[in-house]
Amino acid sequence: MNTPLLAFRNVRFGYGANGKAVFGELTLEIAAGTVTAILGPNGAGKTTLLHLALGWLKPQGGQITLRDRPLADYGRGELGRLIGLVPQSEHNPFEYSLLEYVLLGRAPYLKPLEMPGPEDVRIARDALARVGLAGWEGRSIARLSGGERQLVLIARALTQGPRLLLLDEPTSHLDLGNKTRLLALLRALVGQSVTIVLTTHEPEVAAGLATHLVLMRGGQVLETGPLPDTFRSDRLSATYGVPVEVAQVYGRQVVLWG
Amino acid sequence: MSPDVRGLAAVSTAPAAARLAPRVRVDSLVWLGVLLLAALALSLFVGRYPAPPLLAPERLLTDELAQRLVLNLRLPRVLAAVLLGMSLAGAGTVLQMILGNPLVEPGFLGVSQGAAFGAALSIVFLSNVAWLVQGSAAFFAFAGLGLSYFLAHRLRYGGWVLRLVLAGIAVSALFSAGVGMLKYVADPLRQLPEIIFWLLGGLWSITWPQLRAILPVTLIALFVMIRMRWRLNLLALEDATAFSLGVAPTRERVLVLTAAVAATAAVISVAGMVGWIGLIMPHLARRLYGSDSRRALPAALLLGGLFSLLCDDAARTLLAGEIPLGILTSLLGAAAFMALMMKQPLHVSR
Repeated sequence: MNTPLLAFRNVRFGYGANGKAVFGELTLEIAAGTVTAILGPNGAGKTTLLHLALGWLKPQGGQITLRDRPLADYGRGELGRLIGLVPQSEHNPFEYSLLEYVLLGRAPYLKPLEMPGPEDVRIARDALARVGLAGWEGRSIARLSGGERQLVLIARALTQGPRLLLLDEPTSHLDLGNKTRLLALLRALVGQSVTIVLTTHEPEVAAGLATHLVLMRGGQVLETGPLPDTFRSDRLSATYGVPVEVAQVYGRQVVLWG
Repeated sequence: MSPDVRGLAAVSTAPAAARLAPRVRVDSLVWLGVLLLAALALSLFVGRYPAPPLLAPERLLTDELAQRLVLNLRLPRVLAAVLLGMSLAGAGTVLQMILGNPLVEPGFLGVSQGAAFGAALSIVFLSNVAWLVQGSAAFFAFAGLGLSYFLAHRLRYGGWVLRLVLAGIAVSALFSAGVGMLKYVADPLRQLPEIIFWLLGGLWSITWPQLRAILPVTLIALFVMIRMRWRLNLLALEDATAFSLGVAPTRERVLVLTAAVAATAAVISVAGMVGWIGLIMPHLARRLYGSDSRRALPAALLLGGLFSLLCDDAARTLLAGEIPLGILTSLLGAAAFMALMMKQPLHVSR
């Protein structure tokens, strides 16, 4: 348990050859079986961090390792079987059925010209059932609400059988009911030995789900650590640059601001 | 057209059970293939010899002229019509998928206007020999794509897809101005009519050697598109998401894009500008068979082949003088497009 699942060591990254550096010297460890929430203002580098963890963006200095092996040494298919991504929003102008869409998650298990078979269909149906959309296989993705669409994206990532699930602002655009259901689903996944890293603009989501926090501002990690210690008024105020107060209400942590 | 479209479109929005039963899907695609083969066979007998619209089959046994006509003129032309429709519809599907935009077709990336410029350039300054016009058209079709691609990389505005489309518009406008200039300097008696006829598009000049010349390229390109049809769904996703699913988005997009443009350049080089097939057939295929390109791509190929074949039959039969094919496909294609848009609004993002 001592080697982290994912580790960033002195990672340097900027967009473009002479672009502004997003990260100077980023060091971060994510242990297996944890839920890490990345909090920070807009432009802090949260999504960039996820894309680096995915292997899509390559660090310009330092090293990212997955299970102690450099991310750059993994093949694309291999990464696809270990890491799933749930993007912030996905615009697809074509009207797929849910089953067709979720089936795309099987790609890392198929050869480049191979098409999904009955076993893949079974796994995709299971994934839809796991997110509570059993029986919805034939519905059109274009006719879903924002919350339902988020569930479909998670189902697609689940068909990859990932050990690490990256979610980019999974609760934005969701109403309270959908938010509650989504958090319950993510908690259940952690019980099934999936490690979760998510970005969010809602400190309460982090408080309700995460075991660890990463507080970022302007490409710098201000603070990282297990939740009760990091989820404090002074730390959050420093992160967002405005006065923030953490309060206890009925045993739960809420954030007061403005 | 509209009652058919309505009846069939209802299938694609039918409830879960009907939509996903694979047997039904395969059957209807096979039927579409059978329909295309039947139309192909029938087209050999359609024409103005000895009198429109049909040649009696038994006449083939006795009339030597009819035999030569069917074997040497109609057969290569009918096959070329199918190939033309399939290539344009396939390329249209590929472009719409990888650009994540249902409103694009090969003409959008400077491909068609590039080909037109190449053909006009050859007619005015080199020669109107068929192979030169075709070679020049194919060369400039690829040049159009290359230029669009290069410009898209240099643009600093929006995402890759938007940049590629914007660059394509600029390149098309450039080539279109070039065509205008060439038309202006062309000899109005000899060269101008040639250019205009090429721009209108048609298959009247198709012979066996011409068909043989484009056959390898188009067949290989169609094969690549068909083999990668499920992959197209993945290439429609955003880069990072596609990567997270084990896809090399840029490399695979360039591969299918090259196949699509090669097929388009080859058929445009012999047929001239035949528009709208690449836009409307992928739409129709998705309405009938759903968006998953496992079925939508083969369906678009079959529908494209059928549409192009029927239009060409009409083009060479309806009037004593041939109607340019490009005019018919544009007329019918644009009308069908409007009808489809009236029925259901189109969602475009990105």
